Parts: sequence; C-alpha cells; structure tokens
Amino acid sequence: MFRFIITRLGLVIPTFVGITLLTFAMIRLVPGDPIELLAGERGVSPERHAELRAAYGLDKPMLEQYWIYAKGILSGDLGKSIVTRQPVIDEFFTLFPATVELSFCAMLFAVMVGLPVGVLAAVKRGSVFDHTVMGTALTGYSMPIFWWGLLLIILFSGILGWTPVSGRISLLYYFEPVTGFMLVDSLLSGQDGAFSSAVSHLVLPTIVLGTIPLAVIARQTRSAMLEVLGEDYVRTARAKGLSPLRVIGIHALRNALIPVITVIGLQVGVLFAGAVLTETIFSWPGIGKWLIDSISRRDYPSVQGGILLIATTVILVNLLVDLVYGLVNPRIRHRR
Amino acid sequence: MADAAPQDAATTPTAAPPKPIVEFWLYFRENHGAVAGLAVFVVICFLALFAEYIAPHSPTHQYRQFFLVPPFWEDGGTTTYLLGTDAVGRDILSRLIYGARYSLIIGIIVVTISLTLGIALGLFAAFSRGVVDILVMRMMDIMLALPSLLLAVVIVAILGPGLFNAMLAISIVYLPHLVRLTRAAAISELSKDYVTASRVSGAGRVRLMVITVLPNCMAPLIVQATLSFSSAILDAAALGFLGMGAQPPTPEWGTMLAEAREFVLRAWWVVTFPGLAILITVLALNLLGDGLRDALDPKLKRM
Repeated sequence: MFRFIITRLGLVIPTFVGITLLTFAMIRLVPGDPIELLAGERGVSPERHAELRAAYGLDKPMLEQYWIYAKGILSGDLGKSIVTRQPVIDEFFTLFPATVELSFCAMLFAVMVGLPVGVLAAVKRGSVFDHTVMGTALTGYSMPIFWWGLLLIILFSGILGWTPVSGRISLLYYFEPVTGFMLVDSLLSGQDGAFSSAVSHLVLPTIVLGTIPLAVIARQTRSAMLEVLGEDYVRTARAKGLSPLRVIGIHALRNALIPVITVIGLQVGVLFAGAVLTETIFSWPGIGKWLIDSISRRDYPSVQGGILLIATTVILVNLLVDLVYGLVNPRIRHRR
Repeated sequence: MADAAPQDAATTPTAAPPKPIVEFWLYFRENHGAVAGLAVFVVICFLALFAEYIAPHSPTHQYRQFFLVPPFWEDGGTTTYLLGTDAVGRDILSRLIYGARYSLIIGIIVVTISLTLGIALGLFAAFSRGVVDILVMRMMDIMLALPSLLLAVVIVAILGPGLFNAMLAISIVYLPHLVRLTRAAAISELSKDYVTASRVSGAGRVRLMVITVLPNCMAPLIVQATLSFSSAILDAAALGFLGMGAQPPTPEWGTMLAEAREFVLRAWWVVTFPGLAILITVLALNLLGDGLRDALDPKLKRM
C-alpha cells in the first residue's frame, strides 16, 4: 500500500507543476499589455507603467518570473484581485464552502438515487422499469443543465411558489458565518426557520447540479451490476440458498461498487464545471459564479488563482479516489 | 430473419460474407433507439440546410408590435408566430430553425479540429515513444485535471468571447481523450505482424502511420467523434449561455437562452423552446453514438 501511495504521489507533482505553468502562461497569453489590463480602462502614465512593470517583476527574464510566481504559490500568495484589492486566496476560501456545500449535496443526491435505481434496473433487466430508467438516464445525461435549472424555476418557484429563486438563505436571517456551510450555520444560529429557509434555497440547485452525475452513476451501476451478476461466485451464492437480498446486496454490489467509485470520483470535475452554470442560474455565491464574474470584469489575477485552486482541488480529489480505490480493491493495490 | 434464408442455401454453402457496410447496418438497426436518433438527426440536418425555405420568418427581424407573444395554443397566441415571439418581437420558431445551423456547424468544426489534431498527436506519440511520448501524454493529463467546460471558459477568456473562439476552445478541450484513444489503439496495432511485414517491406514512417495503422484504429475514434459532436453542441450552448460563445443577435440556442433568462417567470416559452431544441439534438446524437458503439466495437463500454 505504501508503495502504491508513493507512485501515485509521484504522478501528482508533475501535473501540479504543469498546472502552475498553465496559469503562469495564461495571463501572459492574454492579448495586450498585462499592465494596461491590470490598470483597467483608466490607463496609466508611462512612468507609472515602468514602475508597475518593475513592481510586478515583468521586466525580468521569463524563467525568473516563473520562479517568483512558483515561490509565491508555495507560500500561499496568489496575488490580489484588481477589483477588490483582496488577496485572491482569501476570496477563494470565503466562497469555497458555498460550492462545497452545494456539490456535496448534489453528489449525495446523485448517489442516493442513482445507486439503488441502477441496482434495481440491473436486477429487473429488460423490464419496463429498466427501460424507463435507462431512457431517463440518457435524457439526464444529454440535459443542458442551465436550461433544466430555468425549467425548475418556472415550475417550482413560478407556478407552484414552493422554492425561492436565488441565493442561499432568506434575507430575513442574518448571522455571522462560523463554518461557511449555510446548513450548519443556520442550525448554530438557533433562529427559528433559518434552517428550513437554507434547505429550501438548496433544493433546486442540488437537483440541477446532481442531474448529470445521477444519470452517469445510474448507468454505470447498472452495467457493473449486470457484469457481476453473471459471475460464477454469484451463482454459487444463489445455489447455496442465500436470500436474494444478501446475494445482490453483499456479494454482487460490493464488487460492482469498484467501477462505480471511479465514476463518482470522475464526476468531481463535472461538478465544478456544473457549479459554474448552476451558481450562475441561482445566484449562488460560490466560486463558480465568482470565476465567471471575474472573467467578465477582466480580473485576471482572480481567474489565474481561481483556476489554479480548482485544478488543485480536482487533482487532490482524484488522488483521494485512487487511494480509496486501492483500499477497496486489492488487485490495484498489489499491482506493480 | 428465417424468411430471408434462401431455399438453395444447401447448394451454395460458401455464400460471400456481407459487405462491411451491410453488416454494420444489420447490427445498427437492431438498436431502435439509435435508428430513432439517426432519424431525428437527419430531420435536424434537413431543417438546417433548408432553413431559408422552411422558416416562416427572418430570424433577426423584429416585429415591433408583437413583443412576447405566447405560442399559438395559449391565450393571446397567433398562428403567425407558432411558438411565440421573444422580448424584441422575433419569431422563436424561425430562430430555432436557423439555430440548428449553428449547432451543426459547431459540431462539425469542433469534431474536425479535435479529431485531426488528436489523431496527429496520438499517432506521433505512439510512433516516437520515449521522451516525446511522455511529454505529450503529461500535457494531456494536465489538461484533464481541469474540468472541460472550465478549461474552455479559460481559453475563451484568453482569446475573447465569440462563436469561433468558443469552437476553438472546445476543440482544444476535447483533445486529451482523442489523443489517448489514438495512442492506445496505435500502440496495440504496432505490435501486430502486418505492421512488421509492412515495415520490413520498406514502408516509410508516414505511410505506416496513415495507411497501415490508422484505418485499424478508427472504430473507437468514430464513436468518440459522435459523442464529442453532442458534447460540443452542449458545451457551446453553455458558453453561449454564459455570454462567452456566439453573441446576440445570433440565433444560437444557448445565446437565445441567455437573452431569455430575465423573462423566466414572465414568458415561459422564450426559455422552454431553445433548451428543448438543445436537449432533443443532443439526445438524438447520444442515442446514435450508443448505436454506433454497439455496431462498430462491442468491446467498448461507455462511462
């Protein structure tokens, strides 16, 4: 296991260095002079221009510039937003919990629904239920989620009036963030109705963001189960007279879960991409919306830092998934 | 199929095997969903090609007296504007029909660029191995570390918003999968005898790559290309929705949705129909892709 972890870590480091090269190059690839971009529409005098160039180290050789940038990253300095003048890393981590909360709920929803539905579809292969599930899953997989969100708003907020349209909690409630997770903070605040308000704000974004992972998980669970159900050991377990629930729930599912875990891990990247769209639709104050706003405000240091942090998160989660994968599957762990 | 068996089957035991294309069709038509997907896709292509003759109105003409007219079956709707009009009085049905053009062009261009570059890089990596191979594949890994839509957003942020830049960004984002597929397929082919035979007979590197090896790697690539086609339409619409793809007044479906957003609670039809168009097109292509996969390469499994 130790050897496995070391090999896997060895792959992470070059990828991370590559990402820093990418974000380093990014701001220099933007057409136009970086100082004028940083200065915005007002422009700067030639003297100030030279001064800023030196201050940002843009007059040094490329390699040295990268070295300074890399040292900054290692000490947690990702530059300052040119709009708010706040350190990028602070802004990111203020908004990060909102995205994590949303993504976590979406994933929970996707797994809680997708897994049993996939298992049932495999067990009842060829039935009406199976066909319905697979048809729905393919539709979900093909769904433009930004439209799906708008449709749900029309139905649940417009026609039925059940859920709010945007934000994380009703404006009636105010409390200092403790953890940054609205569900936890609203409970901690002890205010009547705060928690249910937070939940009602979370429902639609969760469904929207969870739709594609749900479809993928249901499809993957079904096909993994179908494969496992045909194996000899499942037949043996049945022949021994074990109850169907035990055969499916323990013998089959445990092995079918291995590919499903990988797929769940791969969905983390999909969640981040989906968060950009979902947060935009529901005005959810997370990093997806922040990133899009930063791009439209031409706040390049924020975009640069945000991309680096998102990519790092995805790399770390993938690493974690790989390690979990090694834990549940001895065949991977012992492979050289 | 029993009725198709000829009476004199016993006298001609060595009937010629079906041509590849016929065999392919026999497999393909088994999958009813795929055939339905193909039919819908053909209809969409037809609409796109003959939009001038089919669309009842111009996609950009603003009928100033008819803002936000509902579809014909709703109160206040008229059959002049079957699916209603948008906030500046443009006919939604006509915009949707013209929009099919953009979606198809996006799909075709993205698939062409990413397939060409992907095959070239993948073959290059497979044939050179060593340092070049490692460098190329590490670069692809780095690109895969970023969620595809996010990477596309960043590339558009660098290049500037617009339909062409959006297509370019999406093409770049789809590269890693194609490079990996090509490389893996090419490497497994390279160890086979026919390649060695061809090499021994003095075939040059380019001939080996393009004429000997590539045709035998095509099946997974065709499947991936179909799936990329549908994802390209979806991603381009998402970029359009975020204001980074096609710019108004282009009747691109995602851009139409972005313009319609503020009317979401007042005029459901301006929001509903463009999204439905995207969903139907993407669903048809995914069904088609599934069918192609089953018919071309039964071993491949889609994640």
